[in-house]
Amino acid sequence: MRTEIRISGFGGQGVGLAGNIVGKAISIYDGREAVMTQAYGPEARGGASSANIVASERSIDYPFVQNPDILIALSQEAYTKFRPDAKPDALILIDDGLVHPFEDDQPYGIPATHLAEELGRRIVTNMVMLGFFTAVTKAVSREAMEEAIKSSVKEKFIELNLNAFETGFNYVKEKTS
Amino acid sequence: MSAPRVHTGKFFMHGDYACAEGALAAGCDFFAGYPITPSTEIAEHLSYRMPQIGGTFIQMEDELASIAAIIGASAAGARSMTATSGPGLSLMMENLGLAVMLETPCVIIDIQRGSPSTGLPTMAGQSDVMQAQWGSHGDYEIVAYAPSSPQEIFDLTVLAFNVADRFRTPVILLGDEVIGHMMERVVIPNEDEIMHWERKRPKSPPGNNGNYKAFLPDDDDLVPPMAHAGEGYRVHFTGLTHDEQGYPAMDADTHHKLVTRLIDKIRSNADQIIRTEEYFLDDAEIVVISYGCTARSARRAVREAREQGIKVGMLRLISIWPFPEQMIKALGEQANAFIVAEMNLGQIRREVERFVSQPVIGVHHAGGAMIPPEPILKEIVNCQLKTGEKPWPKVMILRSD
Repeated sequence: MRTEIRISGFGGQGVGLAGNIVGKAISIYDGREAVMTQAYGPEARGGASSANIVASERSIDYPFVQNPDILIALSQEAYTKFRPDAKPDALILIDDGLVHPFEDDQPYGIPATHLAEELGRRIVTNMVMLGFFTAVTKAVSREAMEEAIKSSVKEKFIELNLNAFETGFNYVKEKTS
Repeated sequence: MSAPRVHTGKFFMHGDYACAEGALAAGCDFFAGYPITPSTEIAEHLSYRMPQIGGTFIQMEDELASIAAIIGASAAGARSMTATSGPGLSLMMENLGLAVMLETPCVIIDIQRGSPSTGLPTMAGQSDVMQAQWGSHGDYEIVAYAPSSPQEIFDLTVLAFNVADRFRTPVILLGDEVIGHMMERVVIPNEDEIMHWERKRPKSPPGNNGNYKAFLPDDDDLVPPMAHAGEGYRVHFTGLTHDEQGYPAMDADTHHKLVTRLIDKIRSNADQIIRTEEYFLDDAEIVVISYGCTARSARRAVREAREQGIKVGMLRLISIWPFPEQMIKALGEQANAFIVAEMNLGQIRREVERFVSQPVIGVHHAGGAMIPPEPILKEIVNCQLKTGEKPWPKVMILRSD
């Protein structure tokens, strides 16, 4: 089955690295197929940026995300811009400290930025969200994600990133509404 | 700082990086280029990797100098490469002809973007196909490959170096922005599993000048052995029409003989150069022809049409030049119709039309957005409905959305 995943936020929130880790976890450590594309050009500078992953059991032909099955929004602008493209029944994951969802939307929320700050480094907001994403969506195994994180960040930051991932993974999952 | 030349392993890798790693794995030790989107990441990655393996990376002042530098490095024995996009390829055209005329192996990577002119720097195109073959003045045959995935960029970059060396010819890799900028799994094999075709070298030692002629083929493959600058052979290189020694020979007979040999050198060895992939072709009555990123959409369209019971298959052109005309002619014996899907306005469709009598329908887009599977599937279904109807209307789709 083809699953379309969009990870969005503003520049500097680590959206590209997060996408890279999800793609790597699926295609290298989970033994399935994954393709990632990113927006290039002026639209990728500032404002809402995104990393787009298509995951599947078999080889992927068309590589672009059209209507996400899973949308992660780390900023209000990203949520407002990308929510309409996602499937109506898509799994929506937001940083609910930063994003106010549409009235009729029922996303899964986690204060990822706040939790990352509590860990001492706001820069690991993306890892908190990836942990939450892994627990909520089960789109990729926890083990594969951890392997992908280990092979994607500098050695001295592995522990910090894995802690952040675990924080998000263990966050009590509750739908905000 | 050192690191292995061949980065063996399994990676989730960017297409342009896969190209750079393919070049290193193939033994490339000289890169000269002028960065241009969407090929910049190739230069970026090689600027970091070349020093690690003791190779040379030079950022040149422009594309004219870039190709001149790689021709020179090749003449001195290096496996050399440059990387660019359409506007840069245009600037390289004069010296591409020089590389053909001097029979200097080299690899030119063209990650295509929307064209003509500056066009769409960050968006995909497939419209340099004819320029690759005909962009430099004069008659010649070029070799060009079109990858459909980051893995294939790696594999075909390796192949490009080997074909270049084996046949003493420039080889162009016609990538596109979609493939260059996408990330997917790339498996890099062990160093001893990387293909390696040798450059033909003189059989007699230097100093015995009567025995070695730089432009005299020594067997029926029409490829002359190549001496390298600095080895002691007396070699004369000129873009002027030259004799077997390399000296200018301004006469019609020598010119005709030389230019026909340069062309025949590629045509007569085409079976070693051409690469295609067949998908559901065995009983296909409708044949879809596609290449590069568009072939990914064509594959899905063919699969979905098969699920509807339509006898359709795909010929994917992995090599574009030399054109696989024998294969197309053979498909003309079995097919009722051809569909060519490409992100330009009919460059390969016109080639296919030259070799078959059946209707050839184009699914085209000028570039900027990859053609999705739907319009290709729609034309497959249309073809199925029209089978038996005459005269066949020629449909050309110009999507404007």
